[in-house]
Amino acid sequence: MAIAERDATGRTGAAGASEGAQPPSRAARGSRRKRLRRDLALLALMAPGLVYFLVFQYGAMAGNVIAFKDYVPFDGLWASQWVGLQNFHAILVDSAFWHAVVNTLWIALLQLVFYFPVPLALALLLHSLTRTSVQRLVQSVVYLPHFLSWVIVVAVFQQVLGDSGLLNSVLGDAHLHTVDIIGNPTVFKPLVVAQVIWKDTGWGTIIFLAALAQVDEQQYEAAAIDGAGPWRRFWHVTLPAIRPVMVLLLIMRLGDILSVGFEQMLLQRASVGPEAAEIIDTLVWQRGLVEGDYGYAAAAGLFKGVVGAVLVYAANKVAHRLGEQGVYR
Amino acid sequence: MEKPRAVTSAAKAVALVAVVALVMVPFLIVVSTSLADNKDVVANGGWVLWPQHPTLRAYREVFDGGIVGHALWVSAGVTVIGTAVSLACTIGLAYGLSRPDLFGGKPALLLILFTFLFPPGMIPSFLLVKSMHMLGSYDSLIAPVVINVFNLVVLRGFFQSVPNELHEAARLDGASEWRVLWQIVLPLSKAALAVVGLFYAVSYWNAWFAASIYLDSDHWPLQQVLRTYVVGGAQLADTGAGDASQVAAPQTIQMAVLVVAVVPILVVYPFVQKYFTKGVLTGAVKS
Repeated sequence: MAIAERDATGRTGAAGASEGAQPPSRAARGSRRKRLRRDLALLALMAPGLVYFLVFQYGAMAGNVIAFKDYVPFDGLWASQWVGLQNFHAILVDSAFWHAVVNTLWIALLQLVFYFPVPLALALLLHSLTRTSVQRLVQSVVYLPHFLSWVIVVAVFQQVLGDSGLLNSVLGDAHLHTVDIIGNPTVFKPLVVAQVIWKDTGWGTIIFLAALAQVDEQQYEAAAIDGAGPWRRFWHVTLPAIRPVMVLLLIMRLGDILSVGFEQMLLQRASVGPEAAEIIDTLVWQRGLVEGDYGYAAAAGLFKGVVGAVLVYAANKVAHRLGEQGVYR
Repeated sequence: MEKPRAVTSAAKAVALVAVVALVMVPFLIVVSTSLADNKDVVANGGWVLWPQHPTLRAYREVFDGGIVGHALWVSAGVTVIGTAVSLACTIGLAYGLSRPDLFGGKPALLLILFTFLFPPGMIPSFLLVKSMHMLGSYDSLIAPVVINVFNLVVLRGFFQSVPNELHEAARLDGASEWRVLWQIVLPLSKAALAVVGLFYAVSYWNAWFAASIYLDSDHWPLQQVLRTYVVGGAQLADTGAGDASQVAAPQTIQMAVLVVAVVPILVVYPFVQKYFTKGVLTGAVKS
């Protein structure tokens, strides 16, 4: 069997937990050509999807060579001159780039501190409800904002917090000072975190609620009989159930730390100015698509992509170390 | 469990009402303002919590206006076609990848997961779309985003959970792979298909950035119109306005466009909601 396995695919070891035992017809492995012939129908089904990945993912990826060139549109991508690492040198000595990096990390950190715990808190609240009907109703309501586009979310925030919005009308009617929230660079970062909280808190509860649903009701009862109060029950029964999920989400977020809502920032960049809203992605957009400096923009994007990939990979490794499933196997 | 104390229950009730209100009140304001008439809006300084004289005038203007009506068709078309193409491609690929011992299955899966780890990037993607002469065409909103890796993994996970015995039995009875997929696997994966279909539809409906860089104003979908006239605050120029009293206040029109953009999601969402947990978690666990 082991020899056949090597002959067939060069694959060694177990196929992973998700794939069950080999069924009889598949165990009868022939040569490569036989397997190819056997799977032709499947490969035909897969063809359009595979073509998509080859063209629009790998084909596009090849375009990253522009980061190492001095791109002249007239010459086209392949005829333009190679300039080695010149574009990377340009981004590394550019204060605007580092400003964007700092902004990105700053917003990511604020989200980690102020947004991350909120879905967990709401999930605990929902889970503690004795009436499932109420729980379902609230869930339906709080999931909804996740499905709205950033354009809509920003528009709604303008309507509520803007100059002539709800809040200022209320303040004005009460003869209090009106506040400038939308379009004010100094409160922009808290504002974008508030937007993320409004949009994604409900959606974020799903995974926590599922983890909480795994907890056996009898454990609570047993703990209660043993004299554990609500807090101790929470500490010893609830918390162990959600810890793996928390760790996993935290690690994934850390791996993705160079990406904070691109559309969200881009939509509001004009009203607060790049000083407050410029993140790496918007800088790439500004330099590349607006100013046409493709080499610089591609280099900045590639820098972000490589660092991001390394971070996700490292985060995943850490997840495995901690005995978690991680993002992929 | 002992009975929860009244104080705790009251605190929970307050918290829940606050959470629901935080989501619902902004919506209520948007809808109310879109239904208000000029007098209400002016009297209130731009927003309305409950319209005194509800009128559909803003909506009539929006649909007569041309720009919004056209954008609505564009968004609907891109959403329907895009979702259909995406589902078909994702189903085919996910089904193949879900079969054990597929020829080339392992390397294909690795290649696909790698793109999740390392996406191509904005500039290379833009240059590719440009070099394929898709600028200014609706293809640019669909082709570059046909398959979403997360959705693919969700479907693959579901397909894998279909018992292999069913598969083998059908194959022994002489059913082709196509037929097994069509008559056994897909009917058993309805929940996942509903969730993934919704994810695709919502992403096409909500796509804004691609439209903003690839399309000119004759081809704008609804989100780009929203961005220009509501977030950006430009005036809808072609409402063919007569005298001022006949025109709805710009604010009411803006809010009407906003409502038009939200309604389709509100219509589809309740039907799929009950499958969320199943779909999302399968994806999260099986990756």
